[in-house]
Amino acid sequence: MDILGALLLKPFADIGGSPLFFLEVVIGGVLTGVMYSLVALGFVLIFKASGVFNFAQGVMVLFSALTLVGLMELGVPIWLALIATILVMIALAFAIERLVLRPLVNQAEITLFMATIGLTFFLEGFGELLWGANVKKLDIGIPDRSFDVGGILVNEFELFAAGIAALLVAVLAVLFQRTKIGRALRAVADDHQAALSVGISLTSIWVIVWAVAGIVALVAGVMWGGKSGVQFSLSLIALKSLPVLILGGLTSVPGAIVGGLVIGVGEKIAEVYWGPYIGGAIENWFAYMIAVAFLLFRPQGLFGERIIERV
Amino acid sequence: MALNRLSFAALGAALAVTGMVALEARAADQYIPLLVYRTGPYAPSGIPSANGFVDYFKLLNARDKGVNGVTIAWEECEMQYDTKLGVECYERLKKKTETGASLVNPYSTGITYALIPKAGVDKVPLHSMGYGNTAAADGRVFPWTFNFPTTYWSQASAKIKYIGQREGGMDKLKDKKLVYVYHNSPYGKEPIPTLEILAQKYGYQLTLLPVDHPGQEQKAVWLQVRRIQPDWVFLWGWGVMNQVAVKEAASINFPMDRFIGNWWSGTETDVVPAGDAAKGYLSATFHASGDGFPAHKELLKHVYNGDVAAAKKNNYGEALYNRGLINAVYNVEAIRVAMKKFGNKPMNGEQVRWGLENLNLTAERLKEIGLEGFTKPIKVTCEDHEGNGPIIIQQWDGKAWKFASDWIEPMRDVIRPLIEAEAAKFAKENNITPRDCSKEG
Repeated sequence: MDILGALLLKPFADIGGSPLFFLEVVIGGVLTGVMYSLVALGFVLIFKASGVFNFAQGVMVLFSALTLVGLMELGVPIWLALIATILVMIALAFAIERLVLRPLVNQAEITLFMATIGLTFFLEGFGELLWGANVKKLDIGIPDRSFDVGGILVNEFELFAAGIAALLVAVLAVLFQRTKIGRALRAVADDHQAALSVGISLTSIWVIVWAVAGIVALVAGVMWGGKSGVQFSLSLIALKSLPVLILGGLTSVPGAIVGGLVIGVGEKIAEVYWGPYIGGAIENWFAYMIAVAFLLFRPQGLFGERIIERV
Repeated sequence: MALNRLSFAALGAALAVTGMVALEARAADQYIPLLVYRTGPYAPSGIPSANGFVDYFKLLNARDKGVNGVTIAWEECEMQYDTKLGVECYERLKKKTETGASLVNPYSTGITYALIPKAGVDKVPLHSMGYGNTAAADGRVFPWTFNFPTTYWSQASAKIKYIGQREGGMDKLKDKKLVYVYHNSPYGKEPIPTLEILAQKYGYQLTLLPVDHPGQEQKAVWLQVRRIQPDWVFLWGWGVMNQVAVKEAASINFPMDRFIGNWWSGTETDVVPAGDAAKGYLSATFHASGDGFPAHKELLKHVYNGDVAAAKKNNYGEALYNRGLINAVYNVEAIRVAMKKFGNKPMNGEQVRWGLENLNLTAERLKEIGLEGFTKPIKVTCEDHEGNGPIIIQQWDGKAWKFASDWIEPMRDVIRPLIEAEAAKFAKENNITPRDCSKEG
């Protein structure tokens, strides 16, 4: 009975006792969720256009941030380092298309997935070879102070990250919905054969989508690297985006955003209010629990495409 | 196609040749295998430690022709801070050369636990310096495992003593709030019983906040810290968890001079990403940081030919470099003790175990080595493999770690009975009859 009371009553009493603090937890969850969405977006872009679940997305976040900070440490001004890193990510997209994807055209999806696992190990080792294994401080001039708004502490850096994520989503939405490239991307995502038959170059689309995913990875890398320093654990942040993908759907950009927010807020509330009664450190698995609970009702995720196959 | 085959053949040949060179260790050498983690997510901690270790061996070989004329031969095995790989490394290296491995530093609590049952069978002593199984400090039950100069439990008790000093007396700890933010693993959980026992004794309120591996995201934990408004926060982290914790503490405006890490949460790597926000952060340690000691001058001269830039590139003088250095010093001094008894020749595991158990590193000897004031003298005995070494609190001033307290003795009256009880439990579970140390030679 004590346990039931602790799980069913006390957390709600805590919330009711200090609604202002609850609001701070929710805001903290929203800002963290946005950061998860940034990583999840990269997965969605590639899956949407090529049906490949890119296991290497986490390492792309790391590799791009390492390249940026490595160049900055060599004395390259930040704006130039950013441009150079974007060019590196585009070059990487070309190399992946030419050396990994093209030889595997028409292979099973699992084969492509396995190839991205190989890519993960390669990029991790290559990044370490180029830039070393030390933790690097990434300071791109965004203030990292917290300020008090009516008793709620808000961090400037996290607010900035949320703004950047919103901007990125807007740009991607325009790219997908309003441009010729976007239409081609959607066509490839819908049906490769049909897209090819109307003259859309599959290889060009793959290069574009991997390049865009690389740039999204760079943005995520800058934001996460700014929080914790750039180091090899950065690639593990991909694990936090998996429940976001399950929840939001693998093919939906808005899904990645909404999924990130739901997971971010959900895990923070669970950890702060329920964690103390069941030993703490529950947020990692709780995120997956939220995702699985959603799957029970919507197997395709919140915004994913419902696939109906005649058998 | 032919070119491809040729390339593979060349690559294979190159690997075979480099492999053979790396494995070369003469029968006349003192062979020490090194389990290192220079790659993987924990490499930022593994590289400086390994560099400090190896540089001391290089110094001795270059300057003194080894230890009493016996050249030191070492071999690194990459284990990526992974227990499975660490055990594999140990198995691969333990029987190399005529003497076999003279001792092994597991460099991971998980690997230490895995190797403890093997060490006695293989007759290879383990030295888990300031980590691993705290109960191994009872040498009667754990003859092959050493954890000097101090243990996690001793560290926890010394930190409580320190905050007692800062509060103006141990009686002032009553009703103070202490939050313990820890890595949710056996390593992080190790000092919890000590902190709980001391909470009962001194009346402080202890809150435990675990952080799951890797600890990249800790917002919820620090929201709870903000709600609790503690007087003190102890950090027991590892890897990225430390950097994030320091930044999160700063972001809730928690005073850095009331935030104390353990000795794996007190390196340059842990504070540099936080920039100025980390100024004032404290951590426990058992040795100094920096390169101002005579031993460092010797390292610079004999290992780097005076090239400061090359030395700095190898983390020369950083906290973890110095930790690797003092670890190597302890090992070499134990080998010297063994040689005094068994002669100036390569020592085997049994002989080095005797050397470890009879190590008495005095202040005079530390001065001779060039490390006066770097750490405290240590004496290991058959009963006490911890040596009951004191700890010291260091503070980050934005550029370097500086000592911020006197040396603090652990609460031996509390800790030793806990160690003996835990060791007795282990002995009972494993049918071990504790040694009678009065009969040991």
